[in-house]
Amino acid sequence: MRGIGWASLNQERIVLGLAVLLFAAAAVGLPGFLAPDNLIAIVRSVSVLGILAFGMAIVIIGRGIDLSMVAIMAMSVAWYLQLLNGGMSDGPAFLLVLAGVVGIGVLNGVLVAYADVPAIFVTLASGSFVFGYVRSQLITQDAVALPQGHWIELFGGVRYLDIPVEVFVFAALAVLTFLFLRFTKWGRYVYYAGDNPMAARNIGMPVRPMQVLRYVLSALIAFIAGLLTAASLHSINTRIVNSNLLYDIVLVAVIGGIGLSGGRGGVRNVLVGAALIGILLNAMTIIDIPTLYQNLIKAAILLSAIVIDGILNPRDEQTAQQGDI
Amino acid sequence: MKILKTLMTAAAALGICVFTANSFAEGLAEDPGPAAYASALKGKRVMLVPLTMGFDLAQGWAYYLKKEVEAWGGVFETRDPNWNVDAGAQAITDAISSDTRPDVLIIHSPDLNSYSKLMKKAQKAGTYVMLVDNPANFPADAFVGSDWDRLGQLEAEAAIKACGPSSSKKIGLVQGDQANASSLYQYAGIMKVLEKNPDFQVVAKPDSNWDATTSRNVTTTMLQQHPDICSIIDFWDGDATGASAAIRDAKLDGKVFLVTTGGGEKTADCDKLEDGTYGAVVMTDLARQSADMNAIIKFLLQSGQPAGTSHTYIYTLEKATTKADLKPDSCWDLKALQAEAGVQK
Repeated sequence: MRGIGWASLNQERIVLGLAVLLFAAAAVGLPGFLAPDNLIAIVRSVSVLGILAFGMAIVIIGRGIDLSMVAIMAMSVAWYLQLLNGGMSDGPAFLLVLAGVVGIGVLNGVLVAYADVPAIFVTLASGSFVFGYVRSQLITQDAVALPQGHWIELFGGVRYLDIPVEVFVFAALAVLTFLFLRFTKWGRYVYYAGDNPMAARNIGMPVRPMQVLRYVLSALIAFIAGLLTAASLHSINTRIVNSNLLYDIVLVAVIGGIGLSGGRGGVRNVLVGAALIGILLNAMTIIDIPTLYQNLIKAAILLSAIVIDGILNPRDEQTAQQGDI
Repeated sequence: MKILKTLMTAAAALGICVFTANSFAEGLAEDPGPAAYASALKGKRVMLVPLTMGFDLAQGWAYYLKKEVEAWGGVFETRDPNWNVDAGAQAITDAISSDTRPDVLIIHSPDLNSYSKLMKKAQKAGTYVMLVDNPANFPADAFVGSDWDRLGQLEAEAAIKACGPSSSKKIGLVQGDQANASSLYQYAGIMKVLEKNPDFQVVAKPDSNWDATTSRNVTTTMLQQHPDICSIIDFWDGDATGASAAIRDAKLDGKVFLVTTGGGEKTADCDKLEDGTYGAVVMTDLARQSADMNAIIKFLLQSGQPAGTSHTYIYTLEKATTKADLKPDSCWDLKALQAEAGVQK
């Protein structure tokens, strides 16, 4: 009987345990860690990462992966700001960019669903394409500034109870993603299609259109994340495409317990993964640990979570799935 | 008698004039300079490999280099590794082994060591190697750029001056990374000044990895831990927008003096000094730096010396600019340069 003893410690719970442990240690050991402002800062620092991870989670649960998210996030907003700076009025510029974002999502989805190209290749290529095309044809510089007084700037300055707007958007998207995955028909289908696409198709689910929808959703979520980044920094730097943000997104999703083989996990897993990363980075910044060691410590803690999970829940023929990465 | 004397003097003076004018005219006809200049330079190839073509300085250098190189009949090219060290290495390798091997290779090095071997190879093949902006552990034919140690000192001095003697005397640093020479030497320079001012202390020194979001997050934490910080030095204007966002969010605008360094582009630096986002910026004098590069290129190509013979350091004169001493020509305008170069984007 599962649910009693060590075996009930799946990866999500191990990571949650680590996060709680770290939180307790930081609360005792670090002055100012428990200050409300710092707790808000922790949530805020992972909100864009977490939002992107929701999009990634939807795709991964459906047994796919979207490696074009960071490119879509940065390049869509960079293009949008470039259009505004070039004198285009807001409405048409926004609609044009939105159409571009949906278009890339559809392209990803169609290539994966109908042309049967592995998602990892499709999205890797489309990400490079988006970056290369926008960078070379549509914008002139890595960093594009927000025009002064634009609604995005005002939006970024919104505070309620001194809590920045990103936190609310993060929370709202968490709820929406949860509702979609839990209570909508197509949301439930994501799990079935991710767990066993052939069976899902055989019982009559529209597996392919659903797949397209998921890539459109992840593209739209990436666009929202980009707008939030610009709202806070008053500019967008496309250099972020070269950073390891993409790996961090996959990491947050996977470390929280969403299996890369699909069919498992949900919003809760993303929140747990984001909490661990957020607390860890914040504590290390307060202690003022150099970045090189920060990466080492981060990697060591994440690896240990995976190893503990591997020992407690060994893979066998029943738990392993076809297509597991 | 007097008249005669005057006349004779006048005649003599005239004679001298005529004589010198004659000899001068003959000399003019034979000035060997332009011909030597043209034969040494014509058709020579100059290639710029920056970290990326996507940031203001690289586009500024390229503008001035292209203008000058093409004026003396040379060929100017750029390669865009887009921040990717491997892509940069590939571009350099291809350039060295191609039929159109550049005669002068201008490299903006990503760190102290990555391209050392390739630069040596280039010199062996006969290409002069010039390092720009970022120093490297390699004896290039010339280095043109900032003395980052001195630049750090200027930043620290600006921060100390802005804080004043009656402040908390707490300074926060947002470093770039631990590999790039510009970050390491900048830090060394800042610490030198702070050693001389022992009552000032650095309370935190996180890295931004040159990323604005990271800069914002670490600065937020820094300001929460030390709300009485009087100045923050962020190591690059490319990510200092993040530090400034954190200061704005903490409602500490006007209380925390943000010092940074950048390429001196109008929208990136001067506009932000003007609106108070930055307190002081140590800016690159692009026109002067580019002129130095052009002069060194012309010197090397005429010197006749084999590549790798001499090692010259040309540091660009820099100063910390604040809102108080902003002038209309403190910055250069990328848009204006692009318009002039006919770039329609």
